[in-house]
Amino acid sequence: MVDSLIAAASVIAAAVAVGFAGIGPGIGQGNAAGQAVEGIARQPEAEGKIRGTLLLSFAFMEALTIYGLVVALSLLFANPFVG
Amino acid sequence: MISTILLSKIEVGSHFYFFFPNGSHFHLETLLVSSLVISLLSIFVFISTKNLQNVPTNLQNFAEVLYDFVKNIAFTQLGPSYYKQFLPFVATIFFFVLGSNWAGALIPWKIFELPQGELSAPTNDINTTACLAILTSITYFFAGFKIKGLGYFKRYIKPSVFLLPINIIEDFTKPLSLNFRLFGNIVADELTVSVLCSLVPLIVPIPIMVLGIFASSIQALIFATLSSAYIAEVIE
Repeated sequence: MVDSLIAAASVIAAAVAVGFAGIGPGIGQGNAAGQAVEGIARQPEAEGKIRGTLLLSFAFMEALTIYGLVVALSLLFANPFVG
Repeated sequence: MISTILLSKIEVGSHFYFFFPNGSHFHLETLLVSSLVISLLSIFVFISTKNLQNVPTNLQNFAEVLYDFVKNIAFTQLGPSYYKQFLPFVATIFFFVLGSNWAGALIPWKIFELPQGELSAPTNDINTTACLAILTSITYFFAGFKIKGLGYFKRYIKPSVFLLPINIIEDFTKPLSLNFRLFGNIVADELTVSVLCSLVPLIVPIPIMVLGIFASSIQALIFATLSSAYIAEVIE
């Protein structure tokens, strides 16, 4: 009984972890991409540099979602509260 | 139906353990693939630099392009006076991470059957990424002590004294975030591909696979850039 309760709670918690972790980086990446497009439109010759910086900062923002994903994965596959 | 599901069975955290007589054990599949990556990289470097010429030919050309790339990573972070000292470390990290990520993505490991777990990228195992992250923090401690001596500890009370606990915590969160970033990205990519494969085994996963190859090369770049940035922060 307790185990099934823990399992259900873990599945919901995993979904919530990934879902909420996706919000912030989504907004951030949108902002960054918009600014980058603006920068390229204003100064098309700097496109290569802007793209490199953009991809690098995308990876940093993505890492935040990935932390949520790691939490979700450990809840699903390596749950410390079961057994 | 059953065979389709078994074809892309999703396995997370199951490893092929190899036990020593004294009870210690390690993940054999991680060790196998990472030693393959290391030996391939060593063979490439050995062959491409065997007889160096003033006017480079094919393989030496390629090696020089790679060298320029990692030199730029170290140079932009560490500056002209220190980059040579830490270039070997940054280059090693970059090529090992890139090689292991791509070894997991490009080689069809499903051909080989293991009794438990499966052959995949060594960075798929959290122990590999933790080792790389801890190596990074050891390196920046060493760099700080070597270049600044005991003045290194001034860094902890740099903006003001009451930031001391935050500066100490930062020393732990840096390797932690490096570790989880690389591990999570690789696992997330493989998980996405295997979930898609179990839903639609044809064509549909291919764009995600290509995206995965791109993302894993970016991750190698990020890891190398961040480790050189951490070193630069200490020795500035």
